[in-house]
Amino acid sequence: MKPDRPATVRLGRLVAAGLLLALVAAAVLPLVGSARIDYGRAFTGLSPDKEILFQARLPRVLLGLLVGGALAVAGVLFQALVRDALADPYVLGVAGGASVGAVLAICFGWSRWAGFSAITVSAWVGAAVVLLLVVGIASQGNRMSSFTLLLAGITLNSICAALLLLLHNLADFGQSFVVLRWLMGSLEPVGYRTLAWLAAVVGAAVLVAFHRAREWNLLAVGEEWAMARGVSPARSLLIGFLTGSLITAAVTALAGPIAFVGLIVPHALRLRIGADHRLLVPAAFFAGGVFLALCDTVARVALAPAEIPVGVITALLGGPFFIWLLGSRRRSLWL
Amino acid sequence: MLKLASVDFSRGELVALVGPNGAGKSTLLGIMAGLRPNYEGACRLEGRELRRWRRRELARVVSFVPQSLRLEFPFTAEQVVLMGRTPYCDGLFESPADHAAVERAMELTDTLPFRHRDFRALSGGERQRVVLASALAQQPRVLLLDEPAAFLDVKHQIRLHRLLGELCRQGLLVVAATHDLNLAASYADRVIVLDRGSLAADAPPRQALDPGILRSVFEVEACLAADREGRPWIRYET
Repeated sequence: MKPDRPATVRLGRLVAAGLLLALVAAAVLPLVGSARIDYGRAFTGLSPDKEILFQARLPRVLLGLLVGGALAVAGVLFQALVRDALADPYVLGVAGGASVGAVLAICFGWSRWAGFSAITVSAWVGAAVVLLLVVGIASQGNRMSSFTLLLAGITLNSICAALLLLLHNLADFGQSFVVLRWLMGSLEPVGYRTLAWLAAVVGAAVLVAFHRAREWNLLAVGEEWAMARGVSPARSLLIGFLTGSLITAAVTALAGPIAFVGLIVPHALRLRIGADHRLLVPAAFFAGGVFLALCDTVARVALAPAEIPVGVITALLGGPFFIWLLGSRRRSLWL
Repeated sequence: MLKLASVDFSRGELVALVGPNGAGKSTLLGIMAGLRPNYEGACRLEGRELRRWRRRELARVVSFVPQSLRLEFPFTAEQVVLMGRTPYCDGLFESPADHAAVERAMELTDTLPFRHRDFRALSGGERQRVVLASALAQQPRVLLLDEPAAFLDVKHQIRLHRLLGELCRQGLLVVAATHDLNLAASYADRVIVLDRGSLAADAPPRQALDPGILRSVFEVEACLAADREGRPWIRYET
């Protein structure tokens, strides 16, 4: 970190580096796998290279980039809103609601609604219900504060966890396995139409989070601090919560609750580039995306043809990396 | 519970707000800073009720220095001061004029030497000066401070009081809550003594801090002496 460099220059370099990294990941990671494929053959439309690249590996890498980036940004947001470096995208309940919705769909054997996967739609509905409840409870009586938000979120999260246990307990053996796999979180190849709407939702929310980065800075210091500088904390909290929840709900509905990315990527970045959210939000988007795409590639090939749930890899790879980062006093020279 | 009959402040005054623990000093400052909008009665700034001010406008007129600040995240000292420019900034980043204001505020508070250090790694006194710099960067007409000298060493206490005096001469209203009655006596133009939420005295230091009030409000025996320049000086009898 070079703090004496103007923040605009640092932002420019950061975004350029992030884009480059994401492009390299999108180009290189699809080549990795048990079946060797070749770009030349794939682009001239030769089977099976074409199908493996465009229908299996590329959409999955793109999904990883989007989901990882989204989770890291949601983690940055929620950590700032509740002023707790140990918060993650799942702490404020919305992912719990999404999980209950998804597990309900699995247990009742719903498969498709109006052309969409019923699990995804049901997860969206669950997330929306919890979101409304959290906002309602958190702004009851008095205005919304970090404290009421955290309290409402954690309470609903616990209720959702209990419901999940109940549903899991009632499920039969086959369903139980599907539920467990879903709750571990994983990236499956999805269609390009799904990728497009996910990119639209996540892109819009990340832009909102970036545009309001100055407010997260103030909230991360304190609510009175923000108020004394002309920013309404209740309003900023609400916008931040809605933005982060939208992101979390969108990716959880598709990929399940993937652990660790939203907790550790923001931390690792803060150690390197500091706490300014104008740099942190875009950095988290790119770093989270590349990190998850990388972890998913490992999950795909490490024990091939068997797959390891990606949440296992994020923690197994990310944990030691973070410990190394904590210990190292070296600073990167160019950021 | 704060029950004040009526208090008026005008520009260029340096007012010390004193009183025992729980007297309502912080509450009064909080109301004046616009942080506690649920007060009863009237609180007017430049003729307009405080609640009717837009937050952003108010933040350009009034700034508040809290007693202490704890951070969870690694903001640098300079980033903390830069936040004081929020009421003036529209874009994502601060303008050169904003940076100039920050530079000036950090110079006045002697915080430039550690501008790039993590705020959390600073000492209590250094942090207090950074928070003051952030309030000064708001370029306010009214500066409210809660125990601004609590963690400062002697040199920086003196510098702080000189700085506050200088700001008053430039036309600011400065109101500082403090427990140090001698500092209040020697630097303030006017001392407001609060006692369990009501006004016990509002006068120049010599009258406001007389032995009778010190006895009834603070429950201490003391006598008021004068230093070489004739400024009042309190000696507590132990």
